[in-house]
Amino acid sequence: MPLWVEVTVSVFLLFGAFFALVGSIGLAKLPDFFRRLHGPTKATTLGVGGMILGSMLYFTQMEHQFQFQELLITLFLFITAPASAHIVAKAALHLKVQHKAKHTEQQPEEEQDKEADS
Amino acid sequence: MSHKKRIIPHPVLSLLMLITWMVLNSFSPGHFLLGTFLALLIPYLVQDFWPNAVKVHKPLHLIWYIIKVTGDIMVANFVVAKQILGPSDKLNAAFFDIPLEIENDFTISVLAGTISLTPGTVSADLSPDRKRLIVHALNVNDIEAEINLIKQRYEQPLKEIFECYPQ
Repeated sequence: MPLWVEVTVSVFLLFGAFFALVGSIGLAKLPDFFRRLHGPTKATTLGVGGMILGSMLYFTQMEHQFQFQELLITLFLFITAPASAHIVAKAALHLKVQHKAKHTEQQPEEEQDKEADS
Repeated sequence: MSHKKRIIPHPVLSLLMLITWMVLNSFSPGHFLLGTFLALLIPYLVQDFWPNAVKVHKPLHLIWYIIKVTGDIMVANFVVAKQILGPSDKLNAAFFDIPLEIENDFTISVLAGTISLTPGTVSADLSPDRKRLIVHALNVNDIEAEINLIKQRYEQPLKEIFECYPQ
């Protein structure tokens, strides 16, 4: 494998690993539940994205044929990751998990109560 | 809404399924036939769960939207990386409601997905009347500006792409 491919693949892998690491640090460090949710969104986008680009380049070089199966990982992640984040956040809102964020306008809990009353 | 069964209820979905099948397996005539068969059969069987077909009115706008969102995700990643590694007590986290103009379930899902994928904002809940999307932002100083940005940058294009109402 030529040197420039090795270097490029390494750069992509390190780039992805860096963002996965920052995502994990965010998950550990941020002060409340909702802020912690923001960590993993980075890992699923640029973190995985960088590794996928590295993998595509590596296997394209190794098998002398353009490989793009990895793009499907991105597709599936982009469909499932927001859905799971949404469900987790929604569950936390309804359980009234402690947070420090300020609310604006109406809160969803009140609407739920109204619905239950009517 | 008619309950008559259509032969090909979701042409776009079928095409996407065929492409996914081909990429997952291999580009051979056998897999093309099998993929086509499955891509036609499965939407036909599950069409009762998807009463409204997704129509892409402006495919070029959709491609531009995907490019734009990819770019935004890259930029936002760097911004949020800086915020996470910096002092966290300076972060101005907030919940805010985005009043929705779009009505279609699928369009709302795409908008919520876009918001969640862009680092810094996560869609948290949809109001029961489907008129407002509740969003949590990691660091936001001007909530009005943030709402307007999301509405103009993501909601308007999505409305044009997927929802085209007769005037």
